Amino acid sequence: MREPEKEEHHEALHLLGCPEVPVQTSIALYLMYLLRERGIRSTVAGTKAARSLVDLADPERHYVSGIMDLDEYIGMLAEGRLDYGHSFVYIHNDAGVSYAATVSALTKGQAYAIVFGSHAEERAAEITFKCRVIAAKVTHNPMPLKIKIEKALEEELHGLR
Amino acid sequence: MGCVEARRCEVLLSAASFKECREFVREHCREHYEVEPGYQIFDVHIIGVPPIYIGVEGTDLIFPFTKPCHGTFLLRARDAGEEISRLRASGKSGKRR
Repeated sequence: MREPEKEEHHEALHLLGCPEVPVQTSIALYLMYLLRERGIRSTVAGTKAARSLVDLADPERHYVSGIMDLDEYIGMLAEGRLDYGHSFVYIHNDAGVSYAATVSALTKGQAYAIVFGSHAEERAAEITFKCRVIAAKVTHNPMPLKIKIEKALEEELHGLR
Repeated sequence: MGCVEARRCEVLLSAASFKECREFVREHCREHYEVEPGYQIFDVHIIGVPPIYIGVEGTDLIFPFTKPCHGTFLLRARDAGEEISRLRASGKSGKRR
């Protein structure tokens, strides 16, 4: 597995699963905004529905630099053809934890788990692998998760301001 | 994904948790191997929380297949001789009871 190139440390990947929990797309776009303010470009890898929501919400690509298919991203990551300095996996179900474990095992960068939904505490407790966990039990109101993300970014990325 | 779907795999567990699929393989497949996340079977890369177990029964391969919206399915692919040979030869912490 190759190391992320220097410029890839200033690029982030957002892995978006099934968008059935309302806060997902909003939180993802807000995090992309925070990263952009720190000079970090964002690419989205997601399901068809997740990609469509992001695509529609950011038509002029203020926050999203690229969008790709979820399976395509996992394939390239597993084969060592693609990696990012920061990988954010959005989790609200068991499958999300599985994807986060896979990204954590394969990336040479930093993996983050953004956990939300009505079972956020249970999902967060399942993350025993190397990963920075940011979790809040929210479904419709993104504010508690927004605050935790801001705090985590201050701690993790303050050197990039 | 197309290749796996085209093979018309038998579904052993449907919309389960990854942990349930892992325990099923460990308990029911006398011959099973541990692989790393991202290990490729046919045209899919295995998604999961380590340890990930792949089972072998004769010429059948039993493996987890995760879909973001529906959870993990445990699939049985028949006549998977080439994949089984590669799995046995991969040296990825192979376990055989």
